[in-house]
Amino acid sequence: MKPIVGVIAVTCVAAVAAGCSSSPQDTDGEVLVFAAASLKSTFTELGSQFERDHPGSKVSFNFAGSSALVAQLQQGAPADVFASADNTNMAKAVNAGLVAGDPIDFAKNTLVIVTPPVTSWRIDSFADLIQPGIQIVVCAPPVPCGSATEEVEKATGVTLTPVSEESAVTDVLGKITTGQADAGLVYTTDAAAAGDTVTSIPFPESSGVVNTYPIAVLDDSTNRAAAQDFVDLVSGPQGQKVLAAAGFAAP
Amino acid sequence: MRKTWRTGGIVEVGLPSWIYVPALAGALFILAPLLAILLKIDWAQFISLITSESSLAAMALSLKTATASTVVCVLVGAPMALVLARGNFPGLRALRALVLLPLVLPPVVGGIALLYTFGRQGLLGHQLDVLGIQIAFSTTAVVLAQSFVSLPFLVISLEGALRSAGSGYDHIAATLGARPTTVLRTVTLPLVLPGLISGAVLAFARSLGEFGATLTFAGSLQGVTRTLPLEIYLQRETDADAAVALSLLLIVVAALIVIASASRRLTGPL
Repeated sequence: MKPIVGVIAVTCVAAVAAGCSSSPQDTDGEVLVFAAASLKSTFTELGSQFERDHPGSKVSFNFAGSSALVAQLQQGAPADVFASADNTNMAKAVNAGLVAGDPIDFAKNTLVIVTPPVTSWRIDSFADLIQPGIQIVVCAPPVPCGSATEEVEKATGVTLTPVSEESAVTDVLGKITTGQADAGLVYTTDAAAAGDTVTSIPFPESSGVVNTYPIAVLDDSTNRAAAQDFVDLVSGPQGQKVLAAAGFAAP
Repeated sequence: MRKTWRTGGIVEVGLPSWIYVPALAGALFILAPLLAILLKIDWAQFISLITSESSLAAMALSLKTATASTVVCVLVGAPMALVLARGNFPGLRALRALVLLPLVLPPVVGGIALLYTFGRQGLLGHQLDVLGIQIAFSTTAVVLAQSFVSLPFLVISLEGALRSAGSGYDHIAATLGARPTTVLRTVTLPLVLPGLISGAVLAFARSLGEFGATLTFAGSLQGVTRTLPLEIYLQRETDADAAVALSLLLIVVAALIVIASASRRLTGPL
């Protein structure tokens, strides 16, 4: 009878406005996860694991910037789980009454310096980013990676003069992998995902500025049991293993 | 189609009345989102939102770069249109298709292509570097990105004007002894001037709205490369009201341009 339950769950997602609630809280059916863009590779892998462990289930994702996801949820987008790249955006979701229960932190991310693999600049520390003529690219202050960059600047007393402030961390990474800029600040996980197209240079001051990733089941979820199971998978040992492999630190 | 009879004046060929239903639906589809933005505006804050330091810097940069791009488009686009409309050599049709490609290309693809051409490690990057020219992260990069996406609009607009004007007057001028440059200056260009102007207006509008190629190729820094669309995209992260206010500003500018080019169309051949 599992395919039928699946059909009912899908129908429920479609008919969320009609107030449909599936009574048998089985851990199958569809789970729609809204997750921060930086979680794309890890969550895709965990989604496949979840589908293997729960036959008859289907995990779908909507990956975007955390603030864009909160905006979509506020406009009534139907979803079961929300995973944010920072506490600010999760707090927005909580304050809007979108979250069921309390969010839990499942991962941490820190900033790292990245340079093209071949570079004539010698960079060993954060202070080396202010050499004359060096072209630095960072995230703009309104986005999470940009506010983290600002905090590192405050902590180190080093004020960067970037040639570009990008709207997304992936745009910073792009400017480095194409060799347009000499150095950039991205998350450790982005640097890890870029592999040997960039050189990562960790710096001690980054540990003082940590981005925490919270996850929560949503109040509008039509499949809460399965949603909770997915949250448990992410925060449990299996999820932590996948996240650690991608460069995330434990919460 | 209804037949028109010559006897007793001209009979108007009316539209079938059902055609108004899908036409109205289409018009609503375009107008409703514009109305939605108007309703979302925080009018009390509107002036302060669009006159903030970052908004003014973005606006000034947008006007400056779009003007420069339009000049670039006219300077190289007009000769291109003349060659495409009047030229006669093998491969012309293929060339025409290729130079109009940016019309249908996603701008972000254009940005990546420009990156691998003018970027530091691009096709011409090394030569430019030797000459001491740094294009990456400069306002020049914004103008290049805007010109790349806008050029086909000017070319296609002017080429159409040239074709519909025909070359009859050019031939007459030539048989009267005028040299090619004189024919171009005194006959051809004055004839297609409305087409050139509407093409330039289109190129300006397209440059003003350019986002993808600029973001990919030029970067984003206040006063240097962060044009109005990039500012809107960034403001959206923190201040939705500011993003909406700036969006309205772009809509008003775009509307003025469309109205200007429409009235031009009434007088010109295009």
